[in-house]
Amino acid sequence: MEFLRPTTWAEALAAKADQPDAVPLQGGTDVMVEINFSVRRPPALLDLTAVPELATWSRDGDRYRIGAAVPYSTIIAELGGALPGLAQAARTVGSPQIRNRGSVGGNLGAASPAGDSHPPLLAAGAAVEVESRERGLRTIPAEEFYLGVKRSALLPDELIKAVRVERAAGPQYFAKVGTRNAMVIAVCSFAVALHPGERRVGTGLGSAAPTPRRALEAEEFLAAELDWSAPLEPALLARFGELCASAAAPIDDVRGTADYRRHAIAVLARRTLTWAWQDHLERRAA
Amino acid sequence: MRVTFTVNGREETAEDVWEGESLLYVLRERLGLPGSKNACEQGECGSCTVYLDDAPVCACLVAAGQAQGRRVRTVEGLAERGLDPVQEAFVESGAVQCGFCTPGLVVQAHDLLERVERPSDAEIREALAGNLCRCTGYEKILDAVKLAAERKAAAR
Repeated sequence: MEFLRPTTWAEALAAKADQPDAVPLQGGTDVMVEINFSVRRPPALLDLTAVPELATWSRDGDRYRIGAAVPYSTIIAELGGALPGLAQAARTVGSPQIRNRGSVGGNLGAASPAGDSHPPLLAAGAAVEVESRERGLRTIPAEEFYLGVKRSALLPDELIKAVRVERAAGPQYFAKVGTRNAMVIAVCSFAVALHPGERRVGTGLGSAAPTPRRALEAEEFLAAELDWSAPLEPALLARFGELCASAAAPIDDVRGTADYRRHAIAVLARRTLTWAWQDHLERRAA
Repeated sequence: MRVTFTVNGREETAEDVWEGESLLYVLRERLGLPGSKNACEQGECGSCTVYLDDAPVCACLVAAGQAQGRRVRTVEGLAERGLDPVQEAFVESGAVQCGFCTPGLVVQAHDLLERVERPSDAEIREALAGNLCRCTGYEKILDAVKLAAERKAAAR
């Protein structure tokens, strides 16, 4: 095995172009587990922790750009106000030690359907910046990024550079089902983001289909039916839950059954929309 | 490969390190620092918690090569001038049963008390959520962290 340790982004892209089967290594919270258990023996590890620019975030007005290596602990400490959905999801990742190492970029690279970052990124309409030496930079909308279980639109010679997300225009919530509050891989998870200016509600389902995904029918239903100045109607809330559940395509596995996941998605969808709507009405009244 | 980094204030070099080797393996097997414990090897148990620069991390999930040029502080490094108040409090509170999880808990609790002077029970539980004690002596561990917090606050 080779250990490649670029210290600039250009060197990192060159290393990935020259050796597309090198496995990018960031916080190690997924990759090192596979190596420790001999599940994976890649020909090379491409350590990205010495590329400084990946570990910083920046903003341009309402547009936030989070470097692929920014750890969850930084997102929690510094971006909770601007990106509440993502920060809430970050708080549920692993343990403090894991949050000090794990990053949104790594979550995207692993592309697990259970990754906690994905639902809030989908609900907020985030985009992923990827780059290769040969073709330069391209931006992939989050909803086009996930292609299958642990498969993404990232090409073999590309690296994830950053995630772009707009400052939350309205309330955002994330909720996750698991056996305890810490160290839990989601049984299923759900994110909601209100976009009051566009009279639109974004959604994201986690661990309930081969990929993280939006509940598009549920979003269209709310766009057509929601009265943005009134309390939520129980029938509308129930229908929203049903449509979110029907967007799921879950499996039975050790963490839960498909039926349970469908049920839980409906509950989480209703619950998070209720929280978000309460905030929305309070902000209108203020 | 060769990896050079600072451990408990001293520069150390490990030779013939396998590229997929963890920082934990290097600390225990190459540098003679067995304080950090090897248990789950998947970041679940916290027994191998060490400081990497200023953040506590699971050493089993850090590739050895990622430590190149960085600072590592292990549980051994907390006791350079006698026991740290956190270590003393663990002893006095009976927060040690079999002792296997203790080094990780000590480092993680040390970090908490560096950041929060008087943590609430909820904050302590949250901070230690990634450290498992199979003897399930959590109540005494909570007592120890609270005692250490009092001592440190009194010494300020």
